[in-house]
Amino acid sequence: MNAALAAADAGASALVVDRFQSLGGQLVKQTHKFFGWTTRGAGARGFELAQNWEANVKNHPRIQTLLGFEVIGAYRDGTWIAADLEDLHKIKPKRVVIATGASERMITFENNDYPGVYGAGAVQTLMNVYGVLPGEKYLIVGSGNVGVIVAYQLLQAQARVEAVIDVLPRLGGAYWVHAAKIQRAGVPILLKRTITGVYGTDSVERAETVGVDDNFQPVPGTEITFSVDVVLLAVGLTPLNELLFELGVKEYYIPELGGFVPWHDESGRTSQPEIFVAGDVAGIEEATTAALQGRISGLQSALDLGYAASKEEIEELKELLCQFRQSSLSEKVLQGLERLHAKGV
Amino acid sequence: MRRITVHPILSFPPKKKVKFTFEGQVIEGLEGEPIAAALVADGIYKMRESINLHRPRGFFCAIGNCSSCLMVVDGTPNVRTCITPLKEGMKVEVQKDKGVLR
Amino acid sequence: MIEVDGVPTMEDLKTSMPTKERMHKKPVAMHECYQDIPCDPCVLSCPAKCITMETLVSTPKINHEACTGCGLCVAACPGIAIFLLELKDNRGLITLAYEFAPLPGPGEVVDGLDRHGKEVCEAKVEKVYSLPGIDKKTKTSLVRISVPPEKIMEVRFFRRRE
Repeated sequence: MNAALAAADAGASALVVDRFQSLGGQLVKQTHKFFGWTTRGAGARGFELAQNWEANVKNHPRIQTLLGFEVIGAYRDGTWIAADLEDLHKIKPKRVVIATGASERMITFENNDYPGVYGAGAVQTLMNVYGVLPGEKYLIVGSGNVGVIVAYQLLQAQARVEAVIDVLPRLGGAYWVHAAKIQRAGVPILLKRTITGVYGTDSVERAETVGVDDNFQPVPGTEITFSVDVVLLAVGLTPLNELLFELGVKEYYIPELGGFVPWHDESGRTSQPEIFVAGDVAGIEEATTAALQGRISGLQSALDLGYAASKEEIEELKELLCQFRQSSLSEKVLQGLERLHAKGV
Repeated sequence: MRRITVHPILSFPPKKKVKFTFEGQVIEGLEGEPIAAALVADGIYKMRESINLHRPRGFFCAIGNCSSCLMVVDGTPNVRTCITPLKEGMKVEVQKDKGVLR
Repeated sequence: MIEVDGVPTMEDLKTSMPTKERMHKKPVAMHECYQDIPCDPCVLSCPAKCITMETLVSTPKINHEACTGCGLCVAACPGIAIFLLELKDNRGLITLAYEFAPLPGPGEVVDGLDRHGKEVCEAKVEKVYSLPGIDKKTKTSLVRISVPPEKIMEVRFFRRRE
């Protein structure tokens, strides 16, 4: 959305294609207030940010949207195909910003294919978008921000969260304040613990876990069984980069950024000059950085095509990204980006 | 499994109730919500069976990425019920095989 | 330790704790935000401008003497990490942002929980109100509970009794 708004404000026409009926990606499910600069939306709840941007996009005379359509193909002659079950659109854009986000990772344990084992995002979607709770008692695997925030959201929906477990000896990336919020509400965070299996007649009825040592090996005698009907996996994200793959955009495996990420410069431009990336698809990070990257890509795209986008603003936004990433929380991302740039295009 | 009625931040505007069938049984859901959400709200969590070992599968990602929620809807197999909106009178069945296209 | 589980220890708390004298005067804001999260709503929420931050990633600094105890920072903080504290009439009063429903009612007796969710005393709900968030549109509910005065630095949440 931010890429479209930036480009369209500079005079270009933009088309936003999303396979969902509403714009906003993961933001629409977030009930907590966002961090970052107040002047750039911090303090507003995630879904409110999404609603505001969506309203701006829908009201903009130079932005069109194709909702409920999935981009299913991108050809090397510059044609892109967006389709739903009935219609098909051929689009020949001059610049493309890919902001497809990420998908959730999976871990292996016995019966991990049972109904009742869900990705954290899945329960967030059901709960916060459709108002349906898929179970009453939850075990959450993974103590990053996703796991800890979804635990809080479950408490808000009056569900019972038995525990958040993590195989690491310390928090897996969650902000300390998010972790503190759930612990004072009675949800323990059990570290050095992993899930070994879920059991039940034909859905999750209990989850078995075991403690691990410093080499992540199970320690006999430390087993704990949780009586739960849902196990939520919040074990990491990896970029959704199929389109880039199809196009032959240069990608490298950078663990710090979540997996295979497209090589890109500071404006988000990939190895193919007409294609930009922004958000989690460019490397797993945050909503604030995704919005900044989107705006930078939108402005640069418009500038490429001769529209009145401000070079100063692009530099300003890159500086803001730097400022945001000065936190120790961004160490991993900065390492990943360094590694990515060292690979060269 | 239930519908959320009390929430500190979100409000769920009332939608029209519609009837549809699941495995021949008439149940209710809200018009326009994903079929999978309606099933879960009604306590149904098994959506298909795995092809070879016939293990029960429910939804997993809820956004159309993983294929765990594929069901036969009005005779059409491989319907991603987590992103397909519910309509009055839909006939929803557990998919037990690779899906037969008619 | 806070780096392990995110829960502040007494050592962390001492760096942002107001004095007992100040808590006796009127409500004062105390933050429990010790990580370099890029975040600044508290700074902009304070009408008395008593919260400062060197850079976006610095932890906030609250000027306890200048603080009027209005609670707007409590409502604005995305991390729910600011509390109003007051020592009055031999009770410890703690005002916290409460993002759960249904809201408790004044006079209700609840269980006071510490930072690990452990029940440490009985608490009474004194006041339930709401304040606008930093964007002036959203509202956050605030609940003021009273606990025995020696528990004022321990209790940071409560559980309703059914």
